[in-house]
Amino acid sequence: MTDPVIRVVGLGKSYETAAGLFPALKGVDLEIRPGEFIAIMGPSGSGKSTFMNLLGCLDTPSSGDYFLAGQNVAHMDKDALAILRNRTLGFVFQGFNLLPRMSLQDNVALPLVYSGVDKETRRAAAREMLDKVGLGKYADSLPNRISGGQQQRVAIARALVNKPQLILADEPTGNLDSHTSEEIMALFGELNREGITVVLVTHEPDIAAHAKRQVRFLDGHIVSDHLTEAVPE
Amino acid sequence: MMLRAMLGEAWLAMGANRLRSALTMLGMVIGVGAVVIMMAIGQGAQYAVQQTISTMGSNLFIVLSGSFTAAGVRSGSAGGPTLNVADAEAIAELDGVVNVAPTHQGRRQLVYGSQNWSANVIGTTPPYLEARAWTIASGAAFGDSDVRSATRVALIGKTTAQNLFGDENPVGKTMRIQQNPFIVIGVLGSKGQNLDGNDQDDTVIIPLTTAQRKVFGTPFLGSVRMIMVQADSAENMERVMDATTSLLRQRHRLREGVPDDFFMRNLSAAAESEAETTRTMSILLGAIASISLLVGGIGIMNIMLVSVTERTREIGIRMAIGARQRDILTQFLLEAIMISFAGCLLGLFLGLAIALGINAFTGMVIVISGTAALVAFAVAATVGIFFGWYPARKAARLDPIEALRYQ
Repeated sequence: MTDPVIRVVGLGKSYETAAGLFPALKGVDLEIRPGEFIAIMGPSGSGKSTFMNLLGCLDTPSSGDYFLAGQNVAHMDKDALAILRNRTLGFVFQGFNLLPRMSLQDNVALPLVYSGVDKETRRAAAREMLDKVGLGKYADSLPNRISGGQQQRVAIARALVNKPQLILADEPTGNLDSHTSEEIMALFGELNREGITVVLVTHEPDIAAHAKRQVRFLDGHIVSDHLTEAVPE
Repeated sequence: MMLRAMLGEAWLAMGANRLRSALTMLGMVIGVGAVVIMMAIGQGAQYAVQQTISTMGSNLFIVLSGSFTAAGVRSGSAGGPTLNVADAEAIAELDGVVNVAPTHQGRRQLVYGSQNWSANVIGTTPPYLEARAWTIASGAAFGDSDVRSATRVALIGKTTAQNLFGDENPVGKTMRIQQNPFIVIGVLGSKGQNLDGNDQDDTVIIPLTTAQRKVFGTPFLGSVRMIMVQADSAENMERVMDATTSLLRQRHRLREGVPDDFFMRNLSAAAESEAETTRTMSILLGAIASISLLVGGIGIMNIMLVSVTERTREIGIRMAIGARQRDILTQFLLEAIMISFAGCLLGLFLGLAIALGINAFTGMVIVISGTAALVAFAVAATVGIFFGWYPARKAARLDPIEALRYQ
């Protein structure tokens, strides 16, 4: 059995609020193995966003341990987390989050800039990823020249460019119509078949149905964790 | 993150909001331009005064003979025959005295061939040339023997030479002062105007004895109107002047309570205060100009703060994909420095152009020094870093989750 890419043990996170300490996450245990396609679900306030921020190394837990690719990141400093985000993770956001002034190619190449890769390599890698998501011919366009679905594809290309261990997608279809959503989910499915680990956060059951495994959060706990049943149709 | 890529991004960010970048830059352009212009003018004024002072000679004071009263009419200073050559010789013996030159001067008409010209004629001794830092452009100076034997030789200034001799070489020619023929033995080096605006080159210098006997005449042989004294240093001036006073009072047998029968004037003090005034003016100009540089810097800070707020989301994205705090810090700092630097460069050229324009149209002396330009540049870079630091640090310290959520 392969080592898990993510192992979370007793992970907790509390926030200071006016009413006192609010526990958003109350001791979560979870393992994610390489090649998995997992959907994290739950209503707002269930703690799934907090969990996602912790998985994405954007935040540090109040308690518990988080092993990413074998390293415990629970007590790393901000710069170490930044390097980890850069090398090990790929982010896909609900709002696409491309930089508006940059060409698509430069947007895709941006993570490589922070890992100190030279310009030629950056360009070639970005081009390759754009081709992979089928947008190579728009390499020099600005993000506002293409549709939302296409922008999300570019964002996926950006997430892939550093050859990360896993991709974290936070409501990636939240701003897209259902047809485009299907296309994006199909792309994730395809990437997963190539062996890329995908962690997806969504509150839509039909989007979650694309994942192989579904984890449901409620009130800061995992309330269910099961494989997706075969799609009935 | 690599510096080259960062520079490219800073350039892109500047280009994204051209009008704003240009206006921010304008603050620096005006600031640096003002500093450059003011320094050029200030240093120019200092230079002009220094030039004038150096032509006058340094650490000088003069002793003038006292007034005398005849039939109720007082003559004013240098009217009475209270000083003589022996006084001058005694002053020369004092500690800290470098040069002593008894002089007698006045305007006289000069005649050469069909030309005539009125110039300031100075009868004096050779130390005078040294004290006043006169150089000899051509020919030679007269010596002590000329003074002893009262020879009729003359040194003439450039203006006098031009007006009297035209294109001819005056050296060796004979001109007349008060009907007396004088041989021109040398032409003095040019000095230009003195602090009062008088042309110092319109001058004839002849031996003191000749002047007294042939040109001015004197009631008592050996008496002089004025003695010029040069001290060895500015610090010694006061002491030498005091020593001269007591020496002369003793020589003139003046009892306690009897007023001096001579006057003293410190020539260098006036010049020093003039130099001090221009120095102060120069500093003042620079200080005022620096304020506009400061305002320009605050403008940069202001715009950078706005920019950080506007680009909060971008900062969040960059952090999510792996930008460290120092990457964000460098990026915003670089933008501030770039604006400041570009503004500085433009300001430098603008300032130089205006300074040269002022020089061309008003003839005001300006001095453009590399140091001034370098200082302006260093200041601009510092301003960029100083005023860019706070916004850049604010950007770097953003929480990535908050920043990503920012609309």
